Amino acid sequence: MHGQKMSIAIRSPRDFCAGLIFLFFGVLAAYIARDYPMGSAVRMGPGYFPYLLGILLALIGVAICIRSLVIAGERIESANLRALSLVLGAVGMFAITIESGGIVIATALLVGIGAMASSESRPREVAVLIAFMLALAVGVFTYGLGLPFMIFPV
Amino acid sequence: MELLANLQLGFDVALTLQNVLYCFLGVLLGTLIGVLPGIGPVATIAMLLPATFALPPVSALIMLAGIYYGAQYGGSTTAILVNLPGEASSVVTCLDGYAMARQGRAGPALAVAALGSFFAGTVATLILVLFAPPLAEIAFKFGPAEYFSLMVLGLIAAIVLARGSLIKAIGMILLGLLLGLIGADTNTGQFRFTFDLPQLADGIGFVVVAMGMFGFSEIIANIERRASREVVMAEIISLFPTRDDLKASWKAVLRGTGIGALLGILPGGGATLGSFAAYTLEKKVAKDPSRFGNGAIEGVAGPESANNAGAQTSFIPLLTLGIPANAVMALMVGAMTIHGITPGPQVMSERPELFWGMIASMWIGNLLLVVLNLPLIGIWVKLLSVPYRILYPAILLFSCIGVYSLNNSAVDVALALGFGFLGYLFIKLDCEPAPLLLGFVLGPMMEENLRRALLLSRGDPTVFVTRPLSLALLVVATALLAIVVVPAVRRKREEAFQE
Repeated sequence: MHGQKMSIAIRSPRDFCAGLIFLFFGVLAAYIARDYPMGSAVRMGPGYFPYLLGILLALIGVAICIRSLVIAGERIESANLRALSLVLGAVGMFAITIESGGIVIATALLVGIGAMASSESRPREVAVLIAFMLALAVGVFTYGLGLPFMIFPV
Repeated sequence: MELLANLQLGFDVALTLQNVLYCFLGVLLGTLIGVLPGIGPVATIAMLLPATFALPPVSALIMLAGIYYGAQYGGSTTAILVNLPGEASSVVTCLDGYAMARQGRAGPALAVAALGSFFAGTVATLILVLFAPPLAEIAFKFGPAEYFSLMVLGLIAAIVLARGSLIKAIGMILLGLLLGLIGADTNTGQFRFTFDLPQLADGIGFVVVAMGMFGFSEIIANIERRASREVVMAEIISLFPTRDDLKASWKAVLRGTGIGALLGILPGGGATLGSFAAYTLEKKVAKDPSRFGNGAIEGVAGPESANNAGAQTSFIPLLTLGIPANAVMALMVGAMTIHGITPGPQVMSERPELFWGMIASMWIGNLLLVVLNLPLIGIWVKLLSVPYRILYPAILLFSCIGVYSLNNSAVDVALALGFGFLGYLFIKLDCEPAPLLLGFVLGPMMEENLRRALLLSRGDPTVFVTRPLSLALLVVATALLAIVVVPAVRRKREEAFQE
């Protein structure tokens, strides 16, 4: 344009990343679906519809990426890594311990680790909270609603 | 009068002691969880679903419907009292509701919201009674081509009505459709996208996706927001609206009910769009629009009536066509399937006691909401004054137990964790999660109907435009899409969601 160098810059980082994610999942889906029998339009194989969707998703991803070079948008806010890792970590611990460790251990870990995700948590409150949640998990969920939890590891 | 006989049947079912009790329990639990900041109806239903497993199907659905409008209503209470919308449909209630609360008029705002919702719920239930049977008649004429086109219309409507970017909503829907295909293919038994994990053979549960994307990711986002925002809690002095309040709001209630009921029926619609539209409308017709945002009671009455009307009428496409119109209805499909009921037009003829019982219970539930909420408001206020740092670990526990007990599967909990991560990523990238959940539920249905339609037409894709009903649906879908691409309408749409 008027002899100036055209510079390509990402004007909307949020959209650019979203586009990349869609592109990734689209290509992945289409790539995997290629191995399933395609069949024909009359008798669609299991690969037909997902392949189609994968291609479409990838195209949408590309379109969003291109758009993010043209239309300006907002920056990506920084993530709260403490909240993210501790909340998901707590859920992960629950998943790992619920079957082998029983409801008491799983609940204590979930509530204990989860509570640390917020910088406002106070140790004494967390201790009371764990005790209260344990009573609820054992009393209401296990005995009251009859959910098949083991109380303690055998 | 067949209609009266049907209603009679419905009330006979709904008014048994057991069902009234479950309806009450549903409304109570729904309000209890829904009132917690940051938890919308989707997460509430997903969390409480296991509590209904042991019940007979009719009672279970009555309780779930109760949970739904309890949660919806609880969200409004939170919006008015602490300015924290639990879900998109109460965002607009915050504007004037919280402004009223700060002026010491939280009571009248809550009362008008409750009475408006009750009126809207009553009218919407009547609409459901009147329109469901003829719509189900039409639905029996639907072949696979029509169903496919209807789902296309539903998805396009969901895109158009979603907040934020259109193209990102399309991406979310496509991703949802793909996620829905995970597991064994129904026609051939071929495992798709299972990565050789036996746990994925039956596909991913909808509660797993919903809990991850609407539960866990919201908790993380809330903890993050909390650090930067102090919540001021408003006090309630008196519940009674003044004569002027009532005079100002009754028309807004009528308008809100109309617009909410209409938009609720649309596929892709539901409660959210109605409340936004009603707010915009109230501002348009007001003599002095500048009052809005500063505690105009119409700004509470209109949207609150609209979202309750929409919540009720969005059951219409589900109960008559078997197509969920929004994320909450997608959860209801899952709940019905668990109880061995396939949603669709046949429910009305094969299980009339279930169909009419559920409808009658909706009205009873709405009545219970008023009875429950106005006198018990003190309890909800107490609950709201519990700090979030104490609430969210409890929410986490209920969510984990809820997901686990669906199939007694720890893998489900781990999967929900994954969706929690994905959901948080999408919040950061400003992608609405609701279209994904809708696509997720519709994915397998769409594929099945596409297959059948093309099999019947011997591979001729024109079948979708040569059958008149299917063509009509596609024309509406194209028109919808064309309308939003027109710049003027596009601006309007952005304006409506700006509020």
